[in-house]
Amino acid sequence: MVGYTDSTPLEDFQKRIRIALWFVMICLSILFIRFFWLQVIRHAKYSTASESNRIAIITTPSQRGLIIDRNGIVLARNFPSYSLEVTLAGLSTPVETLVEALNEVVKISPKDRANFFRSIQGAKKTESIPIRNFLNDEEVARFLTRRFAFPGVEVQVRYFREYPYQELGSHLLGYTGRVSLKDREKLLAELEDVPDDQMSDDFRPMKIKGIQQVGKIGLEQSYEKELRGTVGYNEVEITAGGRVVRNLSTTPPISGSNLSLAIDIKLQYLIEQLFNNQRGAMVVIEVATGDVLAFVSMPTFNPNAFIDGIDADLWKKLNESLEKPLFNRPLRGTYPPGSTFKPFMALAALEGNFRTPEQGILDPGYFKFGNTVFRDDAKGGHGFVNLRQSITVSCDTYYYILARDMGINAISSFMQTLGFGQVTGIDVNGEVRGILPSKEWKKAYYSDPVKQRWRDGDTISIGIGQGYNSYTILQLAQATAIVANRGVVMRPHLVKIIEDPVTHEKTLTVPKETTRLTLKKENLDAVTEGMIGVNRTGTGQIPFAGVAYPVAGKTGTAQVFSLAGKDYKASNISEFKRDHALYIAFAPADKPKYALALVVENAGFGATSAAPIARKALDYLMLNNWPQGVPPWKTLP
Amino acid sequence: MENTPLRQRLRFIWEGLDPTLSTILICLVTIGNITFLSASSGTVVTWVEQSRNLLMAILIMWVTSRIPIKWLEKISLWVYLAGVVLLLAVTFFGQVKKGARRWLNIGVVIQPSEIMKIAMPMMLAWYFQRREEMVQLKDFGIALIFLLLPTVLIAKQPDLGTAILVLAAGLYVIILAGLPWKFILPFVGAGVIGILFILIFGNSICAKGVSWPLLQSYQQHRICTLLNPGSDPLGKGFHTLQSMIAIGSGGAFGKGWMKGTQTHLEFIPEKHTDFIFAVFSEEFGLIGNVVLLILFLLLIQRGLQIASTAPNLYTRLLGGSVTLIFFTYAFVNMGMVSGLLPVVGVPLPFISYGGTALATLGFGVGILMSINRGKRLIQT
Repeated sequence: MVGYTDSTPLEDFQKRIRIALWFVMICLSILFIRFFWLQVIRHAKYSTASESNRIAIITTPSQRGLIIDRNGIVLARNFPSYSLEVTLAGLSTPVETLVEALNEVVKISPKDRANFFRSIQGAKKTESIPIRNFLNDEEVARFLTRRFAFPGVEVQVRYFREYPYQELGSHLLGYTGRVSLKDREKLLAELEDVPDDQMSDDFRPMKIKGIQQVGKIGLEQSYEKELRGTVGYNEVEITAGGRVVRNLSTTPPISGSNLSLAIDIKLQYLIEQLFNNQRGAMVVIEVATGDVLAFVSMPTFNPNAFIDGIDADLWKKLNESLEKPLFNRPLRGTYPPGSTFKPFMALAALEGNFRTPEQGILDPGYFKFGNTVFRDDAKGGHGFVNLRQSITVSCDTYYYILARDMGINAISSFMQTLGFGQVTGIDVNGEVRGILPSKEWKKAYYSDPVKQRWRDGDTISIGIGQGYNSYTILQLAQATAIVANRGVVMRPHLVKIIEDPVTHEKTLTVPKETTRLTLKKENLDAVTEGMIGVNRTGTGQIPFAGVAYPVAGKTGTAQVFSLAGKDYKASNISEFKRDHALYIAFAPADKPKYALALVVENAGFGATSAAPIARKALDYLMLNNWPQGVPPWKTLP
Repeated sequence: MENTPLRQRLRFIWEGLDPTLSTILICLVTIGNITFLSASSGTVVTWVEQSRNLLMAILIMWVTSRIPIKWLEKISLWVYLAGVVLLLAVTFFGQVKKGARRWLNIGVVIQPSEIMKIAMPMMLAWYFQRREEMVQLKDFGIALIFLLLPTVLIAKQPDLGTAILVLAAGLYVIILAGLPWKFILPFVGAGVIGILFILIFGNSICAKGVSWPLLQSYQQHRICTLLNPGSDPLGKGFHTLQSMIAIGSGGAFGKGWMKGTQTHLEFIPEKHTDFIFAVFSEEFGLIGNVVLLILFLLLIQRGLQIASTAPNLYTRLLGGSVTLIFFTYAFVNMGMVSGLLPVVGVPLPFISYGGTALATLGFGVGILMSINRGKRLIQT
């Protein structure tokens, strides 16, 4: 025992409890004295302070960065417009009455009302909230003459996003829109990472209030942080009614970074015109840099319709259209590559020592595996076919046998190195992976144990790009670019340079290669020769007749609908079940600069629908030839 | 049995709920809820959320009041150890938000330091109960080690507010367990001298370029702005200055419910959470403040009364410490909002928004009720 006390432990405890109670009473008394001091003795002083002198923070939006193409043509910019804005603290009537009264002067649509009432939920009383955007001069004048009747309502200049070329390249640019509740949460989470010492808690939501628009999709969304800039703010003195008395300090906003794209908008325009209202996707890559020169998704839509909140009817129309204009096809659409897969299969065979270029087969026009007959397009077969010829004439039988000999493991592990079934890492959100068939994939994909097992028969149609194969056009273009670039992998990118608005410092988004595949020169040459043959004597000879530069290509036709042994006749099949036409190419074949891949949906044979588009695009790139019948490009001021 | 009156059959609901504590609590919670409605000025969603949190806290209190205190005693050590392990896990794998590493993702995101607020007094009370009748000086040393280990971990996150509360909870147990006065008085003396020193020499030690030992620069800054909030009205002093204006302008009778201009023009930062007292004070004035102070005093008085008549050492120490923690919450919060104490993140008990804090408080009151119930069971 500690010899400190002459009382029992319980008595000592109770004594200490009594002392604690005294301590509590003293502390609470100190609080009482403090309150008395503040609320009675100094009441007058604080009352004045609260009545007349208040400090509010008013945010100033930052200018969003511009988006320009590789030649300096502006694709997304900001334009000033008059907005009618309401400060709740300054109102003398209820909001509902005000809206009705305002409607007499300036038309306020039901959509504007809905947006406005949504914005005032949880908004600060001192904040200026738009009730109607895009006032014309007449409306501004009409309001200004009646302004005295509307305390708390002001005309302000706000900046809006504008896409001068309307539908052109809409999927790659994307669009901005009003800040939704979900956006707000995301922005708050972003600011969570800023340490406490750098920003006080009550300032976080305020910073977000100054953000009037955010990127919703496309590059606008993927480069939101770079484009947005930093909101500025004024510290001002305001009256009890919320009116500004004077400015105390100003922190100017900082504009967002400008994005300089890899895209050549003239090429993009040309290709969109060449698609001539057909559905499809096309990607053109500059092989040495990974610059995406064109990123086409057809049909397109007008992003300007989304800026101030899209009209419900238009949204419904876009969303429910069978043509799916909002669907970003090169990024998210997956297609069986069809015969465009053959050059990659050929390369896999050579690299894996399953074939030599000279080895050939005698093609009877079909391949029998077990009880199943896999047929070739050419009835009666192609006769003797070696590797080069197999590409040139697109011989199915050659690849049925090759697929059987290689087996699924060898095929899928080689295709993986070319990026099939992998995201390419392109700088726009939402890329899908597609399906690179493998034993592991099938096991994970199906839940039924019978279906999970890989059957040898599954491998056969993989060889001609059918079966479970399913890739994006971006992947197909990237794989073509890797072959054209002799194994050097560059990450494909839409944005080439980010330019800091203050320092004008320029940063390359993809400054160097990702990896380098070891592919043998003679193997690449053999495949390239087969692909050159396609456009000389093979399936691409008609669209590429008289071409002035060496070009390697491959046509493809992908089945959308299984015919179960019946003959294919396009006229007998409904449009959306018809075959897709595909084409891949790189040029010039001897020293490749450009690689491309495209699909024209439900358009039938690749050589007749897809290859002509590629030919004209390449003619433009290589020779600067503008095809007849396509309206010339006009750069807008 | 079938004819048992409804009153009899429903008895189990209020049996064991201490009437005094319950009444005080109902008053506090009602005041809190009314103030909260004003603070959230129309955004009903958060108010509904807070009401749901309150019901949950009351449920926790009810369930806890039914748990025999003996069970709590048995699990004390394990709760404490679990808390320490979780705190260590936070140190290594914790989530970082706003520059502090306080949270742990174990499926749901939890804040283990919150557990320590109750686990700490449970642990120390358990330890002294085991050493009852043979407490030596070294036992206080051991208790101090139990106390400092988690406190340091929490302070390093950094979470000064919670660290202070955990430290206080532990110190209350140690002092109530009979730590000789000769160890207590020097610290009290040093504290008083320190405060006087800061008050008298405030201007010179807060001059630019002076850095204090032991404290981080932002902590020093908070104390300095406290001495002179006007020195930096738009920066760190903003919170304190605005809440002092709110309290002061409320005057003796307040501006009336929902009429606080400071609140409704959004000058009060964190007005739902740590600064809700400013809203209350602006709208209900000195009269309201006095009512609130009296309610807290009654709560503490009742809690200490339960502790001092509790059946064994464990319950005495736990009850005393839990009660004094309520006091600490209230004092630190009101002191901070009225500009007496530096700004640390401590909520006003039963009134501030926040599910976790309310749950902890409900658990605390439940413990007091359980102690009281256990005592009556022994007597009968």
